[in-house]
Parts: sequence; C-alpha cells; structure tokens
Amino acid sequence: MANKVLVILEQRNGKIKKSSFEAVKVASEISSRINYETEAVIIGNNIENIEETGNYGVSNVVHFRNPELENYSTSAYKKILLEHINSTNPEIIIIPGTSLGKDLAPHISAKLDCGLISDCIALNYTNNELIATRPIFAGKLLADFKVTSTKKIFVLRPNVFKADKISDMKADVKTIDVDNLDLSTKVIEIKKTDTKLDVAEADIIVSGGRGMKAPENFKLIEELAELLGGAVGASRAVVDAGWRPHSEQVGQTGKTVSPTLYVALGISGAIQHLAGMRSSKYIVAVNKDKDAPIFQIADYGIVGDVFEIVPAMIEELKKVKSN
Amino acid sequence: MKIAVCINHVPDTAAKINIGNDRKSIDTAGVAYVVNPYDEFAIEEALKTKEKFGGETVAISLGSDANKETLRKALAMGIDEAILLKDESYRDSLSVAKALADEIKSQNAEIVFFGKQSVDFDNGVIGQMVAELLNYNSVSNVIKLIIEGNKITAEREIEGGKEIVETTLPVVITAQKGLNEPRYASLKGIMAAKKKNIIEKIPANYQNNVELIEMKKPASKQPGRIIGTDASAVQELIRLLKEEAKVI
Ligand SMILES: Cc1cc2nc3c(=O)[nH]c(=O)nc-3n(C[C@H](O)[C@H](O)[C@H](O)COP(=O)(O)OP(=O)(O)OC[C@H]3O[C@@H](n4cnc5c(N)ncnc54)[C@H](O)[C@@H]3O)c2cc1C
Repeated sequence: MANKVLVILEQRNGKIKKSSFEAVKVASEISSRINYETEAVIIGNNIENIEETGNYGVSNVVHFRNPELENYSTSAYKKILLEHINSTNPEIIIIPGTSLGKDLAPHISAKLDCGLISDCIALNYTNNELIATRPIFAGKLLADFKVTSTKKIFVLRPNVFKADKISDMKADVKTIDVDNLDLSTKVIEIKKTDTKLDVAEADIIVSGGRGMKAPENFKLIEELAELLGGAVGASRAVVDAGWRPHSEQVGQTGKTVSPTLYVALGISGAIQHLAGMRSSKYIVAVNKDKDAPIFQIADYGIVGDVFEIVPAMIEELKKVKSN
Repeated sequence: MKIAVCINHVPDTAAKINIGNDRKSIDTAGVAYVVNPYDEFAIEEALKTKEKFGGETVAISLGSDANKETLRKALAMGIDEAILLKDESYRDSLSVAKALADEIKSQNAEIVFFGKQSVDFDNGVIGQMVAELLNYNSVSNVIKLIIEGNKITAEREIEGGKEIVETTLPVVITAQKGLNEPRYASLKGIMAAKKKNIIEKIPANYQNNVELIEMKKPASKQPGRIIGTDASAVQELIRLLKEEAKVI
C-alpha cells in the first residue's frame, strides 16, 4: 500500500540546506491534506541539524550514513534511494531543485518509470488531483501538469516555497550505516568560488550589468550586497566580457533565481535576463534609460546614473542600519 | 568510438511566445526556431571529442520535419551523421528519453552529449534519464570535460562552486554554458551539409506519465513605481523596501 510522501533532503558540509526545509514543509502539507505519512531521507556522514526537520513538519527521518557519502555521488545516492523507495513504496516523492536534486530526480524517475515534474513553483489540489505549476519557455508562460503514474516525483524550485517553522518538535532520526556503495560516479573535490553567497541560494541579490562600465566598479555592487546580506549577481553581458565569473550569471544561460529582493543595477532587462529573475518577489531597478525593459517588471525604479544612485544607496543603508 | 549528441529545435530565446487555441501548445506563427542554445555546447564538445580521439559523430533529434533545420546546422558544424526521430505527438520527458535511448543503443554510442536543458519546456532531465535507461554513467551541468582512456573527469557547476567528478565510459554528459565556445559553421561545412542525407526513423511509442493540462500567461506584474530620477530618491527607496516591501 502506498500511502506515504517521501521527501529527499540534502546536506552540504554536514548541514541540511534551507531548500530541504522548504521541501519538508511542502511534503507535510500534502500529507496532511490527504492523510498520508511523511518521511524524510537524507544521505551523508555526520549531519548536525537533522532533528530540526521536525520544526517543519516531519517526524521521521532516515539517515543513510557513510564517510564516503559526505559528497554527492550520483551512482551511490541513487542506489540507496532506489532501494529505500522500493522497500517503503512512497507514492509521492518531493525533491528540492538544487544542482543535486536536479541531477538525481530524473535518474529515479527513469528507473521507477514514473512521472516527474521539475521546477515546480506551485503544488495544489484541484478536484482531488495534485496539480503542479511550472514556468516554461524561460518563464514566458506557466503550465499546469499532473502526473498520471502511481508514483509521482515533484522537484521544487528553491526559494519559492517558504520554510516557516511550524513547531518545536524534534524529528526522530533512524541512522543506517550503509556499505556496498556504488561509487562509479564520484565527486573527488569541491572547488568553492570565493564569493560568499551563491545567487542560487540567496534571498537578496544585487546584480550588475554593462551599465556598471568596468569590472572594478563592481566594488560598489559588492558593498551594497554585503550591506544587504545578499549575493552578487551579473548579466550575461558582463560575464561574457570577463568582468564577473559565470557562476554569478543570472538568466537563461545562467541561474534561475527567486529571491525576495532582486536589485538590478545598469541592467537593461533583456528577455533572457528576465527569464532568470522574473519570479523574484521584489525587483528594484536603477537604469539611466527610462525605457529600459527592466522597468516593466521592477516594483521600484530609479531612472538615473548608477554611479550616483548606488553610492547614495550604500550611504542611506549605513544610516538606516546604524539607527 | 561512436559519439552521439542529442539536439532540440526550439523557439528563439528572444521570441514572444503566445498560447495556441488548444491551450496546450504554443502558437508558432511568426516564431523563429533555433538550435537549443545549450545543445550548441554539446555539439561543440562532440566535435572536439572526435578531433581528439577519432570515431564518428551522430546527431539525433526527435520532432517534426522542422527539426531538420537544426540537424542541418549540426552537420554544417561538422557532425558526420544526422537522424530525425519523426514524431509530432505530445511526449513527456521520459517518453522522449526512451525514444532517444533506443536510438543511442542501436548506434552503440559510448559517449553521449546533451544540453543541460531545452529552453522550451525547461525540464533539464532528458540526459540523466537516458543515462539511467542505458545504464550509463552521467554527469550533468558540465563546464569542463577531460577524457583519458576510459576515465572521465568532469567539472559540474553547483551552488557556490563546482564539483570535480570522476567516472568512466560509457557516459552521458549534459553541457552547461562555459564548457566551450561553439564554432561557427564554415561555408564549406554549410555546403556539405546541404548534400548530406538526414535519416528519418519512426520512434516507438511510449506511454506518458505526465499530462499537460494547460498553459497560461503568468500574472503580469504591475509595472512598478518610478520613485525618482536622481539620488534624492534613494531615501524613499530604502524606506519603501523597509516599510512597504519589508525586505530589509
Ligand atoms: C541564447 C541567449 C542566452 C542568453 N542568456 C542570458 C543570461 O542568462 N543572462 C543575461 O543576463 N543575458 C543573457 N543573454 C543576453 C541578453 O540578451 C542581453 O544581451 C544581456 O542581458 C544584456 O546585459 P546588460 O543588461 O548588462 O547589458 P546592456 O544590454 O548593454 O544594458 C546595459 C544597461 O545599462 C544601462 N546603463 C548604462 N550606463 C548606465 C549608468 N551609468 N547608470 C545606469 N544605467 C546605465 C543602459 O541604459 C542599459 O539599459 C542571452 C542571450 C542569448 C541570445
């Protein structure tokens, strides 16, 4: 009997990521709607904050442990998960759409021969059917989908479903030491970029475009991002010019982001850039061209020179902060 | 070594997309189509791999006759052979993956390239699904690839950095921007491509597990407020962010 919602958690450096708590919350909401049980599973070695999962609504977590599982391995992770899924038979599987989740989910879908919907931004019951909404054509349209196979996999766009704590409950953790790992695909090293916070995970992003004129002017962007506790982003134009690394690029050929606040400085707002950031909750744009398309989707705009406005923003924020 | 690259024919990223009358497909009138941008990195990497190790390259596309245009482009860039899996019905990702996997298997390709996602439905899953169906190793979102004998070392982009992944052939690689600089087709290549035959096949039908219910336009954002035209507007901006949006 399949009456379970399984949520797959992700850890990095021994800590469960925020997007996993978002997934937990979605999973527990679905379970309570249809009276299913929720179970979470996590793979890794030593993980600090598993019990915290309980705060977001899941009381049972299975932790598969092995020192070799500290870093992601497509082959090892999928083998463990498939065995677990086959023995516990969940009907609904929720996976956070991080680089790990996006890699893993299609493998599981193909092996189980079940439907997968990636990049979900909403999951709702309509006439007792679970309907997923997701952006298509680079966010120019949305589409509603449903899964018709018995098992269903939903991959969630990070930062869209908010993870609010709903209780102080601690989850029960069952730790299983695994051996017989399949390490035919193995991460041998992780190279961190020196930027402190990645755009894909940031709740506030300050992005610069060609209007910043030169790479050294990104000091302003960095300072503003730092003050706001956000990440630095960039348009493709400045990445292609070699001013910023590709890891910071937001847009169709960069990263898709959904922060609470997106600040676009000297960015025209080309459709491919919008593709990556249009689902941001609040958008601020500074551009000296009043007809720049970015103003079409910005909540707050200033038509002006970034070299005048950005330093003023930094000053004003410092003032506000010291109060 | 046989090297396969799977490519898709998609609306130009700058195209305005309107929903068709059936609400399940787009209105293609006036929409220009291009090679899926990520697939260009995949084609380039297939060509580079052949240049290094020899072998033969084959491009495979599933879709209508229109996809021939994209296959032609791959041939013009230097791909040896092109196959169109002709099918215009709605297929979910797994059904597409199954059809592609069948063809790759019959081609006996040892290394298969994909773009990391197709910019029409933006699922980003087909490469990994094909790998699973064929029992191949896979690395997705790849920005650097080294092949030495049987051994693959790939860098994949992740949040806040990159993972260096080791695996072995046979393998499926999905390409992210940064993997290479796709070459332009030479005039000679374009002329040669015109003469090449595109092999047409009818793929097997597989049941869909995902049903498209309807497409809709995203709620259009109210164009926001222009707060001002110089630095004097900054104080008001910060106030709005604090008090109205409550984001700082
Ligand atoms: C297949 C494809 C994929 C793409 N993918 C992406 C992607 O992922 N991400 C992306 O960003 N782009 C992408 N693009 C490119 C995109 O089309 C644009 O070229 C790019 O976004 C432009 O970057 P920009 O806005 O920084 O530069 P520009 O278009 O040059 O705009 C600069 C803006 O700065 C303003 N400005 C100049 N000086 C000042 C000043 N002193 N003060 C204030 N404002 C000033 C100008 O008015 C202008 O609006 C893609 C394109 C293609 C074809």
